[in-house]
Amino acid sequence: MAERSEEVKLLGMWASPFSRRVEIALTLKGLPYEFSEQDIANKSPLLLQSNPVHKMIPVLLHNGKPISESLVILEYIDDTWQHNQILPQDPYDKAIARFWARFVDEQIYVTAMKVVGKVGEERDAAVEATRDLLKLMEKELVGKDFLGGESLGFVDIVATLVAFWLMRTEEVVGVKVVPVEMFPEIHRWVKNLLDVDVIKKCIPPEDEHLNYIRARMDSLKLKSV
Amino acid sequence: MADEVILLDYWPSAFGMRTRIALEEKDIKFDHREQDLFNKSQILLGMNPVHKKIPVLIHNGKPVCESLIQVEYIDETWPKGNSLLPSDPYQRAQAKFWGDFIDKKVSGPTWVLWGGKGEEQEAGKKEFIEVLKTLETELGDKTYFGGETFGYVDIALIGFYCWFDTYEKFANFSIEAECPKVIAWAKRCLKRESVAKSLPDSDKITKYVPELKKRLGME
Repeated sequence: MAERSEEVKLLGMWASPFSRRVEIALTLKGLPYEFSEQDIANKSPLLLQSNPVHKMIPVLLHNGKPISESLVILEYIDDTWQHNQILPQDPYDKAIARFWARFVDEQIYVTAMKVVGKVGEERDAAVEATRDLLKLMEKELVGKDFLGGESLGFVDIVATLVAFWLMRTEEVVGVKVVPVEMFPEIHRWVKNLLDVDVIKKCIPPEDEHLNYIRARMDSLKLKSV
Repeated sequence: MADEVILLDYWPSAFGMRTRIALEEKDIKFDHREQDLFNKSQILLGMNPVHKKIPVLIHNGKPVCESLIQVEYIDETWPKGNSLLPSDPYQRAQAKFWGDFIDKKVSGPTWVLWGGKGEEQEAGKKEFIEVLKTLETELGDKTYFGGETFGYVDIALIGFYCWFDTYEKFANFSIEAECPKVIAWAKRCLKRESVAKSLPDSDKITKYVPELKKRLGME
């Protein structure tokens, strides 16, 4: 591996699945980086300057040059540091991985947010819709240890959103969105993830995370009154 | 071994146009199969069971879904000929960022431009112009979004251009008045054979929209 002066900085947020997935990728590659916790309610000049279009985290700064959007960042990391590849090499497998990553972010995430954000019948409908989407993920896991196959890959990193965010909100919301009887493969996959040191190291600590989710849900309820 | 490339498509789709352009840029022969979205075929439902949407690129029997994923797949599978994405990782990341921006921000407001009315349409117009202005700033004085080379970001956006006359007619505004550089860029793109071949005439779309609205129950 070539020695070169690298400055890698991540503007992120400790409880964000989009920020944490970048940390997983950087850690998998063994890349040292500076983490800068951002206050979303009071955005720093550096964040606004680095991502003027969306003004959102995560933003990766590589030797001062910003890259935004977590999926773009993950691919950038894989393109720039080519050891321990996250994406498959074969163009077809890559296309499938990209498809599932988008599915997690554009379908599962968007629908699952309604589970947290709604109550009553609307929440029930959101739970049903989320389960329908998760059934597709469940099918993908049959006969595989990870969504990436034998080892952790791009889609697994992106889908930590399901394992450690969606599934953690179950405790707070009091609804088993992903019951083990309905989703045995997903539960098996979460156990496999937890056996990976990098994952254990990079996901938010459970208690702190649950408290955070609880506090956010309470503040959402207060807003809607 | 001869490659079998099939594209399940729908002629007015700005997304389908992306894949058509990419295939033409690489000079790939493909079987272009028009789909009836109101009566979806077995092949469409079978090849894109998750979303049941076009375009679907089928390469030697294997489906690739999502238009920008298809463009990247085409670039990676047929590396000879015109490169659609930059080779430098940072430039490539910038291209993907803007492709993602176009996906998330352009198509959303366009529905109300031809399908909506009143306040909703006014809000859509405002949003659409803001998005185009952001893209105009990004384009700057460059020939194409990637600089001198036509590529991914141009491909992501150009398909919407053949809908501009329709948006202007139904929403009563002038896109050129607000975003002249985007119009100039689009006309440059249309000079490329791949684009000219892949975009239908604007008036074909304008004539089709009333019928489309009726079928969608949007009257």
